[in-house]
Amino acid sequence: MSARVTRSSRSSRAFAIIAGCAVVILIAAPWWAGRADMRLFSEIFLYLSLACLWNLLAGYAGLVSVGQQAFVGFGGYVLFGLAIFWGVSPLFALPIIAILGVLVAVPVAALIFRLRGAYFAIGTWVVAEIFRLLASQISALGGGSGTSLPVSVVKSIASSRATRESVVYWTALALAILVIITTVFVLRSRKGLALTAIRDNELAAGSLGVEIWQTKFIVYVLTAGLTSAIGALIFLQKIRITPDAAFSVNDWTAFVIFMVVIGGIGTLEGPIIGTLIFFVLRETLADLGTIYLMILGLVAIAIMLFAPKGVWGYVKSRYGIELFPITHRVKFEEE
Amino acid sequence: MDWVNSILQGILLGGLYALFAAGLSLIFGVMRLVNIAHGDLIVLAAFLGLTITSTFGLHPLAAIIIVVPAMAVIGYLLQALILNRTLGDNILPPLLVTFGLSVLLQNGLLEIYTADPQKLNAGAISTANVALGPLYVGVQPLLMFGVSIGVIASLQWIFYRTALGRAFRATSDNAEIAQLMGLNKAHVFALAMALSMAVVAVAGIFLAMRTSFTPASGPGRLIFGFEAVIIGGLGNLWGTLAGGVILGVAQAIGAQINPGWQILAGHFAFLVVLAIRPRGLFPRVEH
Repeated sequence: MSARVTRSSRSSRAFAIIAGCAVVILIAAPWWAGRADMRLFSEIFLYLSLACLWNLLAGYAGLVSVGQQAFVGFGGYVLFGLAIFWGVSPLFALPIIAILGVLVAVPVAALIFRLRGAYFAIGTWVVAEIFRLLASQISALGGGSGTSLPVSVVKSIASSRATRESVVYWTALALAILVIITTVFVLRSRKGLALTAIRDNELAAGSLGVEIWQTKFIVYVLTAGLTSAIGALIFLQKIRITPDAAFSVNDWTAFVIFMVVIGGIGTLEGPIIGTLIFFVLRETLADLGTIYLMILGLVAIAIMLFAPKGVWGYVKSRYGIELFPITHRVKFEEE
Repeated sequence: MDWVNSILQGILLGGLYALFAAGLSLIFGVMRLVNIAHGDLIVLAAFLGLTITSTFGLHPLAAIIIVVPAMAVIGYLLQALILNRTLGDNILPPLLVTFGLSVLLQNGLLEIYTADPQKLNAGAISTANVALGPLYVGVQPLLMFGVSIGVIASLQWIFYRTALGRAFRATSDNAEIAQLMGLNKAHVFALAMALSMAVVAVAGIFLAMRTSFTPASGPGRLIFGFEAVIIGGLGNLWGTLAGGVILGVAQAIGAQINPGWQILAGHFAFLVVLAIRPRGLFPRVEH
């Protein structure tokens, strides 16, 4: 009998096949889904991406940010600025925006990394507030009341409405897949091992030689860039932007935190399951308005108190299932 | 003269910011807890004040006598029933629970009181003023500033001169040893939160007398209080007062230059302090 170490498991192989089929079906959505469904799907993909990134930040790097709306809004505003001032086509602008997001995140991180733990969280929020106030000072982008994307720029994506909507939809899907693949690769890399160590015990990780500051910095800056690109796509779909909508703590951080916490923080599967649960709740309860938001708050508190590992944490500890091949396992084989 | 006047107004406003900050600083000092719902609890106190003044026809300052103990009880229960369960090595649970609480409070207040801006009418005191050399200063801001100093002084006294303060400091230094010495950690933490919420009650009433507020006003107050704490230096109550004043003055100067820059100028002051003195201007001296 020989033993070998592998990362894949029966569940991860089955999931890869199912996920592959799901992606093919989703790529074909413009041919089988209605317009409203496609809008909903795009929104799910964008939220899924935000949730995966926040999970990487808070669940692995221990950087609990309540200010990711800074980068969502930044991406949105840069998209509108590039389009309105220089006529840059939105889809071409996405990679530029991701790079700009990274560049902006460098000085931000240098400043707020001086704050520890929960103070770091509020520091990120202050940064988001500063971004919001600065955006509302730009009179060429409508100041506090915001602005719309010019028709010519919208038309530059594709002349017919149906094609345009399909293109935005595919871009959102591609971005979600990119984010998931990026997080899987980050976690399988050396840095990922460092991150998992930091997640489990920061002090111990540091004493074993893990570069904590540097690792956290890379994760922060990387998520900032991707979050900016997601923000750009969110507001490309909305066609209109205002400082309050772009830098909303509820829309871009509270909901995202809710998804990750419910699904299971510190696991890759958690944010995906959490996003699906969130949208099921929203589609069934959103008519309740503020009551619905109160229910969300209550559920988040209850989960944190009674099941802090979330839905996937429970499944994982109970059944040992893992959908993404991350953990090393020892496999015994008969010869 | 405009400048001197606006800076003076900024100093007085800073007293209110110090009140926002003192409760935050207190519970961080005792149990390393950062309460994201702090601002929403200030707004809750403001709305409690509104209900009490309108139901009983009381003056806002008289309503403080009811709102302070009410908030203290809420604080005790909040800590004893919920927040104590979240304390530990992991910072995530307290952060996310108070974040959930913030969402809950904002929407609960919205459901009860609607989104209309409200204000507490303080009557004659809100328009009275006294001459201070060539300047006229409102009696109400002056009174609020005086009370803020009084509150900070009382907290300082409680912390360093009473048995309760000794319990706070002992639990903060080493909760396990404090337990061995016969202190009940859960009870001490709940008392700290009760004290913090008593300060929040005063802050909430003052906020409501000074400006209009809505259920969504909370996060802004949390951020001002937080900035005052960091500018002043963690764990130093008088530093927190200084931090509040610096924040108020920075905002006043910003507003004097351009009305749109008021809040932004305060945030920049915070970033500058973070960049050059990350431990704040007056960090606590380690004994």
